[in-house]
Amino acid sequence: MDPILEVKNLSIRYHGAPEPAVRNVSFTLGRERLGIVGESGSGKSTVGRAIMRLIDSAEITADTMRFEDVDLLNASERQMLKVRGKRMSMILQDPKFSLNPIQRCGHQIAEAYRTHVRCSKAEARAKAVKMLEQVHIRDPERVYDLYPHEVSGGMGQRVMIAMMLLTSPDLVIADEPTSALDVTVRLQVLRILDGLVKDKGIGLVMISHDLNLVRAFCDRVLIMYAGRLVETLDARDLNNAQHPYTRGLLAAQPRIGGSRAPLPVLNRQDSWLTPQAQGDAL
Amino acid sequence: MKSVTISDLCVSFGALQVLHDIQLEVAAGECFGLVGESGSGKSTILRCAAQLNQKWTGTVEIGGKSVRDMSVAERCRAMQMVFQDPYGSLHPRHSIRTTLEEGLRINGIGNRDARLAQAMRDVGLPVEFLDRYPHQLSGGQRQRVAIARALILEPDVLLLDEPTSALDVSVQAEVLNLLVRLQKEKGFTYLMVSHDLAVVDHMCDRFAIMQHGRVVEVLPREAITQGGATQPYAKELIAASLEYEHAV
Ligand SMILES: Nc1ncnc2c1ncn2[C@@H]1O[C@H](COP(=O)(O)OP(=O)(O)OP(=O)(O)O)[C@@H](O)[C@H]1O
Ligand SMILES: Nc1ncnc2c1ncn2[C@@H]1O[C@H](COP(=O)(O)OP(=O)(O)OP(=O)(O)O)[C@@H](O)[C@H]1O
Ligand SMILES: [Mg+2]
Ligand SMILES: [Mg+2]
Repeated sequence: MDPILEVKNLSIRYHGAPEPAVRNVSFTLGRERLGIVGESGSGKSTVGRAIMRLIDSAEITADTMRFEDVDLLNASERQMLKVRGKRMSMILQDPKFSLNPIQRCGHQIAEAYRTHVRCSKAEARAKAVKMLEQVHIRDPERVYDLYPHEVSGGMGQRVMIAMMLLTSPDLVIADEPTSALDVTVRLQVLRILDGLVKDKGIGLVMISHDLNLVRAFCDRVLIMYAGRLVETLDARDLNNAQHPYTRGLLAAQPRIGGSRAPLPVLNRQDSWLTPQAQGDAL
Repeated sequence: MKSVTISDLCVSFGALQVLHDIQLEVAAGECFGLVGESGSGKSTILRCAAQLNQKWTGTVEIGGKSVRDMSVAERCRAMQMVFQDPYGSLHPRHSIRTTLEEGLRINGIGNRDARLAQAMRDVGLPVEFLDRYPHQLSGGQRQRVAIARALILEPDVLLLDEPTSALDVSVQAEVLNLLVRLQKEKGFTYLMVSHDLAVVDHMCDRFAIMQHGRVVEVLPREAITQGGATQPYAKELIAASLEYEHAV
């Protein structure tokens, strides 16, 4: 089967930055759940935003960056408008910042629906309320009428997820979609995303800091450090990772019932910057 | 060292009451956790204590003094808050330097350059980032700026709203180690919201579990591993977290 997404040697340098934020990142995505983990600032969101073509202040180069039949390197913005939000969606890391602060949350979901599907305002409203319900928001009618600053952190994340669920994209890039959710609601939301992969055959890129989540929820994991891929693993093998950086991340996690000694922190090595052999990533 | 006492705290937005008679007692120098359902009112409690929301009834005292009777400068030194949402809490057109300097200036604190540099090092950010703007930072880097801004004033009480949920585990480890060290050295008192019971177990002495605007139960940290919760929601949340840690 053709991959949904194919990225080869992607590099991204923000204008004015001395160093690229992302270098030579290559991976393909099929109908699967691909995790991206890595420390803060390692370039995870930058990769996601570049695929969505949401960055205009950077120089982006790649040998290939393709989503289905769309050449993401050369597509015009007009072509992208037809694809973005409809065939490929991104759940952004800062939900409240990504929402329009002066429009009610529900209205924004309804309007997003109307840009993709021809329907009456009443139908769009009903659809938006149904979506809020689907992401387990209590009292969806009330939350429909709240402004972004009036919803809690976890509600904001779920508003973003609801918006993504409106259309049936083939590719979803989820940037920390569940970090503000309590464990119970988080599991419910993960089940929704899982359903999309299993039942609708979408490709899901899951950017997350939560190693437990990635290990249990994803099929494969890319590990990023300083803009580079240092390791690609089957998610279930995450605990057996060999790269000292990945091992360092695993060790830094606090655990229930652990000792309360200071948590181990990373001892960063220059040797982590040299590219690794990464056969199955390509 | 200062304690935090919250009594009979009630908050409504329009017709909806979101906090019902909250009672919480945090001892001076304690780290107290606040966990519970998304939307249950955790952030609202912190926002009331920090006087960012002023429409509430009840009392909030820090070191025995009502937060309503404190001047702005006094309140700044008594407590600082780290917000859940790092983007919203930083001024988009202020450089990181301006953001961090503001509190120092308001409080007439000198030796600013050295303090700024130290604050950046404390949260593991390069000192050159002082001249960047929030949109030029990653999500976790912004959150670290927000933490640095709170710490730089050395307040008695830190109100921490999911301070590390936007951070990767290695930076989280650095920030949590820093918070523990500061608590030992300076006797800070923490009221910390978290969804991660592993973080609560690592940091907190006691924690409260919330649902629907009410405190369901206050428990010692040992209750996570040894049982001891009696309320159904508290039991459910702890069980779900244990399961999550092992197998999501
Ligand atoms: N607009 C920008 N201009 C200059 N540098 C930027 C810009 N946006 C991001 N960066 C830098 O690019 C690097 C990668 O950022 P990115 O947001 O991709 O990190 P991330 O892996 O998503 O981190 P986090 O886990 O903290 O969200 C960071 O060092 C960041 O400071
Ligand atoms: N300004 C406001 N206007 C109307 N409702 C509000 C406002 N601020 C908060 N609320 C409501 O108060 C309730 C509690 O919100 P709060 O942000 O305290 O929840 P939380 O426990 O912090 O949740 P999360 O874990 O998702 O961050 C929510 O139902 C929210 O919609
Ligand atoms: Mg990011
Ligand atoms: Mg909150």
